[in-house]
Amino acid sequence: MMVSELMKVEDDKARASLPEAIVRYIESVRSCEHGESYLIAVLHKVQEHFGYLDMRQMSAVSQLMQIPSAKVTGVASFYHFFTFVPRGKHKLAICLGTACFVKGAGQVLDKIKELLRVDVGHTTKDQLFSLDVARCVGACALAPVLIVDEKVYANVKPDDVARILEEYGFAAKK
Amino acid sequence: MATPMEQLLERRRNAKFHLFRDKFSADVRITVGSATCENAAGSEAVRRRFQELLDQHKPKHVVIGNVGCSGKCDMEPVVLIVRPGELPVKYVHMTPERVDEVFAEHVLNGRQVEKYTMRHEAGMPAADRVISVCEGAHCRAQSSEIQKAFRESLAAAGLAEKVVVTPSACQGLCAAGPVAYVYPDDVMYQHVTPEVAARIVNEHLVGDRPCSDHIWQESRVTNRFAPLYSDVYFFGKQLRITLRNCGVIDPESLDEYLAVRGYEAAVTAMTTMTPMDVINAITKSGLRGRGGGGFPTGVKWNFAASQASDTKYIICNADEGDPGAFMDRSTIEGDPHTIVEGMILAGYAIGAKRGFVYIRAEYSLAIKRIEKAIEDARAAGFLGKGIFGTACDFDIEIRLGAGAFVCGEETALIHSIEGERGQPRPRPPYPAVIGLWGKPTVINNVETMANLPAILLDGPEWFASIGTARSKGTKVFALAGKVKNTGLVEVPMGTTLRQVVFDVGGGILNGKRFKAVQTGGPAGGCMPESALDTPVDYDSLMAAGSIMGSGGMIVIDEDSCMVDMARYFLDFTQDESCGKCTPCREGTKRMLEILNRITSGRGVEGDVEKLLRLGDTIKKTSLCGLGQAAPNPVLSTINHFRAEYDAHIREKRCQAGVCTALLSYTIDPEKCVGCGACAKKCPVNCIKGQPKSVYVIDGVRCIRCGNCFKACKFNAVQRK
Ligand SMILES: Cc1cc2nc3c(=O)[nH]c(=O)nc-3n(C[C@H](O)[C@H](O)[C@H](O)COP(=O)(O)O)c2cc1C
Ligand code: SF4
Ligand code: SF4
Ligand code: SF4
Ligand code: FES
Repeated sequence: MMVSELMKVEDDKARASLPEAIVRYIESVRSCEHGESYLIAVLHKVQEHFGYLDMRQMSAVSQLMQIPSAKVTGVASFYHFFTFVPRGKHKLAICLGTACFVKGAGQVLDKIKELLRVDVGHTTKDQLFSLDVARCVGACALAPVLIVDEKVYANVKPDDVARILEEYGFAAKK
Repeated sequence: MATPMEQLLERRRNAKFHLFRDKFSADVRITVGSATCENAAGSEAVRRRFQELLDQHKPKHVVIGNVGCSGKCDMEPVVLIVRPGELPVKYVHMTPERVDEVFAEHVLNGRQVEKYTMRHEAGMPAADRVISVCEGAHCRAQSSEIQKAFRESLAAAGLAEKVVVTPSACQGLCAAGPVAYVYPDDVMYQHVTPEVAARIVNEHLVGDRPCSDHIWQESRVTNRFAPLYSDVYFFGKQLRITLRNCGVIDPESLDEYLAVRGYEAAVTAMTTMTPMDVINAITKSGLRGRGGGGFPTGVKWNFAASQASDTKYIICNADEGDPGAFMDRSTIEGDPHTIVEGMILAGYAIGAKRGFVYIRAEYSLAIKRIEKAIEDARAAGFLGKGIFGTACDFDIEIRLGAGAFVCGEETALIHSIEGERGQPRPRPPYPAVIGLWGKPTVINNVETMANLPAILLDGPEWFASIGTARSKGTKVFALAGKVKNTGLVEVPMGTTLRQVVFDVGGGILNGKRFKAVQTGGPAGGCMPESALDTPVDYDSLMAAGSIMGSGGMIVIDEDSCMVDMARYFLDFTQDESCGKCTPCREGTKRMLEILNRITSGRGVEGDVEKLLRLGDTIKKTSLCGLGQAAPNPVLSTINHFRAEYDAHIREKRCQAGVCTALLSYTIDPEKCVGCGACAKKCPVNCIKGQPKSVYVIDGVRCIRCGNCFKACKFNAVQRK
């Protein structure tokens, strides 16, 4: 096979592993001035679609954007926003911004960890919840706040945690 | 052909926006707060309920719109009702149920529902009128005399109960000072003396004939909305330049922005001023960067303008990394066109044709609003080729951050826009010389940008008259923590911390004792009670051992442990260190280890000295501002709260009861009635006793969870 044919095979493989809209987006930015600068924007789109980034998608991005794959993974791993593990069905984010911290968000976090037996950045064994820490979500007047998926819970106390989690299918082991 | 200015004015005339002063508007206007904070507080349900009622009743001449956050976050959701020819009324803590009442009474029948109004809820005395007398730097000398004269005349006229006299912050009208504002009449008096005060009482308040020779007639961007801020205790101590349109106009409407003189500054600059004129005006205004560093904006622009390069860039820094701050997001959510206009001005001044807004990916609503503003401006011909019909091109693109605090640092930010890892590089060369893709680049903070149109509209002299000798204008703070009024606060530079925390903020929640106020976030410091009279300006805060920072202001009370606070910030910076240089990467780790040791009861003599030494080295040898400032929260708490460190280390005691490992629980035999409630709650069953006898905790097995402390209704469980 000619080099150009080989390239095409690789390109097709890469195309197949990404949704059409993202492939088109990559093609549109690649021809722009400083096209490689859109790498982070592309990774945002991939993560938005899949919920996380895995090797297959990242090498597809590398292939289509003509950026070395070491650089793609290097950039992706630098930024906290990108995650390489699948997230749970419900995403918990406890705000640890200064206002929430001063108002006791740390104790709320401890309670969540205790009840779900999960660490920050991880997902429960049953894949129901993943736990993250947010830095000021702009609702300081309601501190401390806990966000489940899109919903914001205000003035959360450690004793409220079990009740909130139960809304999402958590069953306390008595 | 019409000139660009004529075209703009024509558009403004056609803009559909009726301010409350527009007596000719037939519409009743309902506006519902719509911002991240408002939505979290439930404003979307409130808006839906209004919409349902409108669909149901189909009243004529009632319109509904959105506005950004007005800053009074603890009272959200906030709804504003404006009836033609009447003063606006703000309703707070709105719920769908309250909407029903307000709709039926006020919207349909014109009767205010007093009990839900901001005035009522803010505990303003049930007065007919409020007179606020300016106490800003220029009016201060005469202010108390004037207030006294008002009070005496009011007493003589038998109005003492009906009119409240209160001081206000600088109103930005220093040349007309001393000024006094009469609410709800919405009359601003200038050059007030004790004699004029007596006349105002007799002629205006008693005789209903305002003293026309002392009425201030001009319109400043900052003063047009005075009656909107009906809670004078919260708003009266503020001056809104950056936030002038937030909570007033619909952030998603170009028309409404045009109606409040939007894009007038840009067109004026581009048609009547040279780029150098614009730079000189900004230099003269004394504006300094609001992103934390406080570098004079005009000087920075001058560097970039004097570079011989065809390609230059403008970047608006909306990364807002301080974990306790939300000023920039609120500004973008509430008034995105101001940022677009500010960037156009900056671009024109330095000769840039492309601008970037670098914004955090987490700020979904702000991203949506700025995207829409850019699209609308482009559609109107305000962005793109030949903007406003001039020969200049300028366009703006949005780039998303991806959760790295260090990317707020300007050289890291540039790398991030280039699609690289966001690591800083040494400066010089500064970005103004070698920046994005190697081209001269000016990076300014959101708040800096938002000030630009106001400065050009009302003049650099006006701007420079507000504030202190070396810090001009105002500063926006995100006031939060253990304070009564939380939200966005904009005060003239030179206002003291005490005024912000106690006058605007309303003091400490639940009658607790004030302990410290933190500014500057992870790069700043904690200031104790003794520093409360420090004026808010770049130099004074620095001298007091903190920094202005970007605007986070967190109030801390006696329930917080200062060692734990220091640990919190260091934990943050340690986690965010990009790892490029050793002092920051390793040094912050060592400091955190020591702090963890101290808060878990394993601190040893000499630990504080080690922290001081390490902190000093990190400050001196780190490559970028993150490392250079990382030790600040630790050093400032050691400086002001050394006794707390010593108590942790020597006595293994945490006064605030925060460091759980240092607490011990015992039962006071005098107080225990033997109810057994504590024992039932103990997860490790280490409380022994028989009903009706004294219970005892086995201190060795106790895991210090605090359950027993909470369970005991007789205060018999002691925590030390
Ligand atoms: C670690 C670090 C984080 C920063 N974060 C921000 C930020 O979030 N927003 C901002 O405007 N400036 C931030 N800055 C300051 C910028 O580097 C830069 O000075 C500023 O954006 C310049 O704009 P100004 O002159 O208008 O203040 C940060 C600096 C450092 C060292
Ligand atoms: S000081 Fe810290 S954040 Fe800055 S370059 Fe060095 S390691 Fe990175
Ligand atoms: S709850 Fe209080 S009063 Fe009751 S047994 Fe325990 S310590 Fe004694
Ligand atoms: S603090 Fe917790 S573990 Fe210790 S005695 Fe009380 S309930 Fe038991
Ligand atoms: S600190 Fe949690 S919302 Fe601001």
